[in-house]
Amino acid sequence: MQPFTTLTGIAAPLPRANVDTDQIIPARFLKSISRSGFGKNLFANFRYREDGSENPDFVLNQEPYRRAEILIAFENFGCGSSREHAPWALLDFGIRCVIAPDFADIFHNNCFKNGILPVRLPREVCERLMEDARLGGNARITVDLERQVVVRPNGEEIPFQVDPLRRHLLLNGLDDIGQTLQHAAAIDAYEARQRATQPWLAAR
Amino acid sequence: MSGQTPKTLFDKIWDAHVVETLPDGTALLYIDLHLTHEVTTPQAFEGLRQAGRRVRRPDLTLAVVDHNIATDESRRTGIEDPESRLQVETLERNVREFGVPYIPLLDARQGIVHVIGPELGRSLPGMTIVCGDSHTSTHGALGALAFGIGTSEVEHVLATQTLLQKPARNMRVLVEGNLAFGCSAKDIVLAIIGRIGTAGGTGHVIEYAGDAIRALDMAGRMTVCNMSIEAGARAGMVAPDETTYDYIRRTPYGPKGEAFEQALRWWRTLPSDPGARFDTEVRLAAHEIAPQVTWGTSPETVLPITGAVPDPEAEPNEARRAQMRRMIEYMGLTPGQRLQDLKVDVVFIGSCTNSRIEDIRAAAAIARGRRVAEGVRAMVVPGSGLVKKQAEEEGLDRILKEAGFEWREPGCSMCLGMNPDKLTPGQRCASTSNRNFEGRQGPGGRTHLLSPAMAAAAAIAGRLADVRDFQPKEAA
Repeated sequence: MQPFTTLTGIAAPLPRANVDTDQIIPARFLKSISRSGFGKNLFANFRYREDGSENPDFVLNQEPYRRAEILIAFENFGCGSSREHAPWALLDFGIRCVIAPDFADIFHNNCFKNGILPVRLPREVCERLMEDARLGGNARITVDLERQVVVRPNGEEIPFQVDPLRRHLLLNGLDDIGQTLQHAAAIDAYEARQRATQPWLAAR
Repeated sequence: MSGQTPKTLFDKIWDAHVVETLPDGTALLYIDLHLTHEVTTPQAFEGLRQAGRRVRRPDLTLAVVDHNIATDESRRTGIEDPESRLQVETLERNVREFGVPYIPLLDARQGIVHVIGPELGRSLPGMTIVCGDSHTSTHGALGALAFGIGTSEVEHVLATQTLLQKPARNMRVLVEGNLAFGCSAKDIVLAIIGRIGTAGGTGHVIEYAGDAIRALDMAGRMTVCNMSIEAGARAGMVAPDETTYDYIRRTPYGPKGEAFEQALRWWRTLPSDPGARFDTEVRLAAHEIAPQVTWGTSPETVLPITGAVPDPEAEPNEARRAQMRRMIEYMGLTPGQRLQDLKVDVVFIGSCTNSRIEDIRAAAAIARGRRVAEGVRAMVVPGSGLVKKQAEEEGLDRILKEAGFEWREPGCSMCLGMNPDKLTPGQRCASTSNRNFEGRQGPGGRTHLLSPAMAAAAAIAGRLADVRDFQPKEAA
């Protein structure tokens, strides 16, 4: 996983609440067996018209947002299906940070596993950042995970909270399976205990 | 034991599965059962392969195909779509290579992962159960802690049989009193989502309680727990009771004999202690719930079938007003329009929410002796091969086919628009599935969520209809 330290880039405004993972990537595009290549179908039902041509009204089809690295949206972002193809599609498109008032749990979790930083900020702050984002290419937003601040184009710094363990893993790009396997002895001991006390759980 | 803090059902299962607590409070949580399917696992197995890792407990893992497959006879001659075929073949290669038990497409037990786990007796009270699928919450109906995970976490569980988790908050939803005529578990859960909203349960595990929940059979409890994710909750659960134990006794792979008695002694300790603290509590009166149907593109946009499409101009909140306008446009509605005047093109009875034998009986009871309206495509997709077999033994397939319903092979089917069963743009569907999101059942498709009996009534009427107007007819 690519570490996430500081990102300065173009932010795309998506002023919608309840953006679900079926919108982020519709199920008919989940058939790949690889982690890459989902970017072209990110928000497919909004980005493309029925004949397959681009919908010029959708923000990610407009300059400079084709090069957006940050997405700003409203409440309950990433609700619905657990599909990790949603963060994969965002990442493949080039988005490494989503800022919203709150996120659905599974999507929030999935972001951290893929080097994407979900930042929770109050609705009114998201509205201000969305105004910044509407200024286009000259209005870069910085997201600094080390210092836990979002920096607006005018230099104003907005602090945000993030779980310390997740921050550590993200800053260092760590694979948490490797971390967990360091606890193999504790897992062995748990299994031995369970075999003795709950024998019915063994394969039947 | 005196002096101990009373615990919730969730607390007890959580505490029993903590392998280790990390300094920041994150728990390494042991997973008792890992269900897997073709869509959310290929990248996880590939990750294991690249890192030279094995599946730690293949015996606690079970794989099945359900999302991608056709639900007609064409499944017997192979999968037509090359990408779907590759995904299924990849699963088959992975289960062979890593030694994971697998139920193939043409096996008599094949079905939707959340239908087969409970019916085979693999999902049990007190267990931690995960699957790369948000509707894993279904298994909470047995009194298990069951939740959906992403593919990276699937890989983590395959490699370690554990997950890194922060404890959730406890929410209790009490549904008290008796359900009114014509109402079912689906109406309960839609009413709950309508009340608390699609983010109402975020960060929580919901325990459903109250006599209306206790009165539900296991299929009904599964319907309720299934849609916990539509309320934003991490999981939903119902405390195990005699209904649960009787159900498990009838499953083919549930514990038997002394093993069952030993398990039962532990299961009986699981229900929340009197005085256990819930961070949030919600109460609903069962008798106030009418048959429900959604009108918009979020499961929280739900109304009694006697209602009408709301008027966005009456909504004071600007953001919500804009969202309502967008939904009404997408759904092809007019404010003030009566829901019962909405004509349907397609009726879908199936999905992990409502495809169990009880659901099919409910649909057949309405369909018996009646005909699907002209121009309506109505399909019934049993949740598993075992459900299908039982329905056929009961003659339900005949009743449904005589009424003009399609009787299909088990799978996820038209719930999610990734297999051949899809809506075409603009089609309106009365669906027993769980999500009415834009494009969920196919691009441009318009979904109204409702119960199996309500769906059958819509098929007969050719429009959304009030099931209370349909008295079951006696067999001819």
